[in-house]
Amino acid sequence: MQLLRAIFSHSSGRIGGAIVGLYIIIAILGLLGITPHDPLMQFRVDRLHAPDATYWMGTDLFGRDVASRLMLGISQSFIVAFASVALAAVAGIVLGLAAAWFGGWWDGTIMRFMDVLLAFPAILLALLIIAIVGPGTWTSVMAIAIVYTPIFTRVVRGPALSLKTRDFVDAARTFGSSRNYILTRHLMLNLVAPLTVQVTLALAWGLLTEAGLSFLGLGTQPPASSLGLMLADSRNLMEMAPWLLIFPGIAIMIGILGFNLLGDALRDILDPKTRRSVA
Amino acid sequence: MTSLLSVSNLRVGFGRKPEDNEIVHGVNFDLAAGETLAIVGESGSGKSVTALSINRLVDFGGGRIIDGSIRFRREDGSTLDLAAAGEQELTKIRGGEIGMIFQEPMTSLNPVLTIGEQIEESFRLHRGLTGRQAREAAKDALDRVRIPDAARRLKYCPHQLSGGMLQRVMIATALSCNPRLLIADEPTTALDVTVQAQIMALLAELKRETGMGMIFITHDIGLVAGIADKVMVMQNGEAVEQGPLDAVLDAPQHPYTKHLLSAVPHFEAGRATRTDYRRADEPSAAPALKVEGLTVRFPVTGGLLRRQTGAVHAVDGVDFDLMPGETLGIVGESGSGKSTTARAILGLVEPTRGTFSANTNGAARQSSKPVQMVFQNPYASLNPRLRVDSILAEPVIAAGGGLNGETQARMRMLLDRVGLPENALQRYPHEFSGGQRQRLCIARALMLNPSVVVLDEAVSALDVSVQAKVLELLVDLQREFGLAYLFVSHDMAVVERIAHRIAVVYAGQIVEIGDAASVLSDPKHAYTKRLISAVPSVDRRKETFEVDTRQVPSLVRPLGFEPEPANWQSFGSDHMARAEA
Repeated sequence: MQLLRAIFSHSSGRIGGAIVGLYIIIAILGLLGITPHDPLMQFRVDRLHAPDATYWMGTDLFGRDVASRLMLGISQSFIVAFASVALAAVAGIVLGLAAAWFGGWWDGTIMRFMDVLLAFPAILLALLIIAIVGPGTWTSVMAIAIVYTPIFTRVVRGPALSLKTRDFVDAARTFGSSRNYILTRHLMLNLVAPLTVQVTLALAWGLLTEAGLSFLGLGTQPPASSLGLMLADSRNLMEMAPWLLIFPGIAIMIGILGFNLLGDALRDILDPKTRRSVA
Repeated sequence: MTSLLSVSNLRVGFGRKPEDNEIVHGVNFDLAAGETLAIVGESGSGKSVTALSINRLVDFGGGRIIDGSIRFRREDGSTLDLAAAGEQELTKIRGGEIGMIFQEPMTSLNPVLTIGEQIEESFRLHRGLTGRQAREAAKDALDRVRIPDAARRLKYCPHQLSGGMLQRVMIATALSCNPRLLIADEPTTALDVTVQAQIMALLAELKRETGMGMIFITHDIGLVAGIADKVMVMQNGEAVEQGPLDAVLDAPQHPYTKHLLSAVPHFEAGRATRTDYRRADEPSAAPALKVEGLTVRFPVTGGLLRRQTGAVHAVDGVDFDLMPGETLGIVGESGSGKSTTARAILGLVEPTRGTFSANTNGAARQSSKPVQMVFQNPYASLNPRLRVDSILAEPVIAAGGGLNGETQARMRMLLDRVGLPENALQRYPHEFSGGQRQRLCIARALMLNPSVVVLDEAVSALDVSVQAKVLELLVDLQREFGLAYLFVSHDMAVVERIAHRIAVVYAGQIVEIGDAASVLSDPKHAYTKRLISAVPSVDRRKETFEVDTRQVPSLVRPLGFEPEPANWQSFGSDHMARAEA
């Protein structure tokens, strides 16, 4: 609750929080099927219909309602983004803590492997993974998760290394606290702040990567909808029916903007160095 | 006007509206050439802000001089009001006519430039010297602050020199242009006591040589006695008392000055030791902790194959025992191995050799961890994200217990014993002051009912008045629970008040051990003597220290090196010193 209040008293946090909140509501509605029309229904007579009171954002080549498909697409993109970031965060935390805690050979091996992953451009690595495994929603979740794991590993390892040498960890060792207790209570609990920021920012990238993969036809497969897929469909009809391009494009842009603003706000709020200036 | 510096009604504020946020409320003082003024006060009293206002460095910290004047007599005899001077004029005055030394020599020097370049910079800017001339001048400056082998040291980077050396480099830089006023802001706080004595001696000597005026800022009123002519005591931005040294120290008028003089533990050379315990001649009970031949070495590797080429002998064959209810003070300088000894006993550092056994002493102490530790920094030793009840429960959980009624009752009992309210359990560490946090750490250490508590500089990070209360608490707890303390500290005055026995550690070895009163009043080993003579004291007025440039020997030894077995000489029933080569 305190965090929510802090976000809404922060200037960019207010905007970011509102956008992300709105998107989450839209995603839930889309998932529950509460849309203006059935997103899969093809209104043959109203093909490529311009936006009006019936079809808020017009219809596509098959006469499907763009607004409904957009809602479904947002929920689809969100599921992929959240699932992949969650996977990446868990993998990154485990690997980062292991690297920091055991050090030496473990640290070297894990971090060099992460460096190799980081050396590839994000979308290229995801493409490579999908090319091996084959396209599909869950493949793209896996691919995006693998792409963002190194970032979480690094975010965790740095502070974990410095926390490891803090006096309270030494104190815990003198009591004979178990390794798991020290890792969860002393390290993890102090990593919550940087991780929250990183998760928010990674969600923005996850959203973008998912859109990119779907645009290339390697993510979500039709007839399901996703923001990238809608963009891909609109490519050839750009001049005839610009609404097909404009609305999903704006949806992606505003969504990423929202996550980025929220991430910046969280960084200001949770970072003790800037905390005073916010309050 | 004959005075070098005359400050009247100085008011300094901070922030956007300095008038509303006044830190220094009207300070007046005069300083003649060749005179030393000591400004004494606790942290936050405005002493540093006052000093920084004189060379107007305060402007860069967000401060502004609201009112008052700072009249400084320049070299040519004209008087300049520094409070109203422009930045261009000030740049010439800073360094040129007013030198400054800061508290942390390690952070006041640029780590990527050699010290030679940094000293030369001052000569280039203020004297217009270049190339060879500047280098010669820098070498002379180092010679002046008694740095041996100055020509070679010029090429060193700051990390290659010890703290005391760096502070001398800082002094050399500050003095490079023969300033007529030197401002020293806690120049020795970060240094060891023997190094502090060296720096103080150096400053006194340089002052005599050059006849400059000096403003010496410190929180330690004991340090003032050796160097100052006049003392100004500050509290909450006001000068509550000022006058000649003897008048202020012997007949303090203001209650705050009296408080400062009584709160600071004064070193009394063995006259203030505790008398509530005496070691029996024949050991009656088993010792609570017995350490034999404790050795900790860290490997030094070198070469392409990272072969071990030697070892740092951090602790080399330390033996002592500790009886229940007894306090052993371990004193020594930083790097002497006293903290490593403590950490090895706790198992935080793997000892290379040696045994230690802790006695659990009877059925009441059924703890698997009979030795517990209290750390130096109360701000770092408590996890900021855990509530106090979780913090206190941790040792119990680690020992296999749970958060049951018994644990809860013990938590409340210990909180009460260390003088914290019961509702502290539901709060987080940041809601407590430094002294309260240290009490929490003590309570946590006692959760498992240990027989030995290791106190590693446990009161060094606390303000003097808080320090005294925590020491009192420790003595009470020792009596109540029959605890044995291993009190590691660099502060001789504090050790004198809490220790029954004292072990002096030098270069990883105990050089002298014995009854506290006997060791402090009649030191036998040369190092102990040096350590004790370096402790500043209110009683030592105008004492001239010898400038001693000895360095702590390197602890890196070649592979396979073994120290010679100690040749102990006994002085009285409980006092031994290592024979010197």
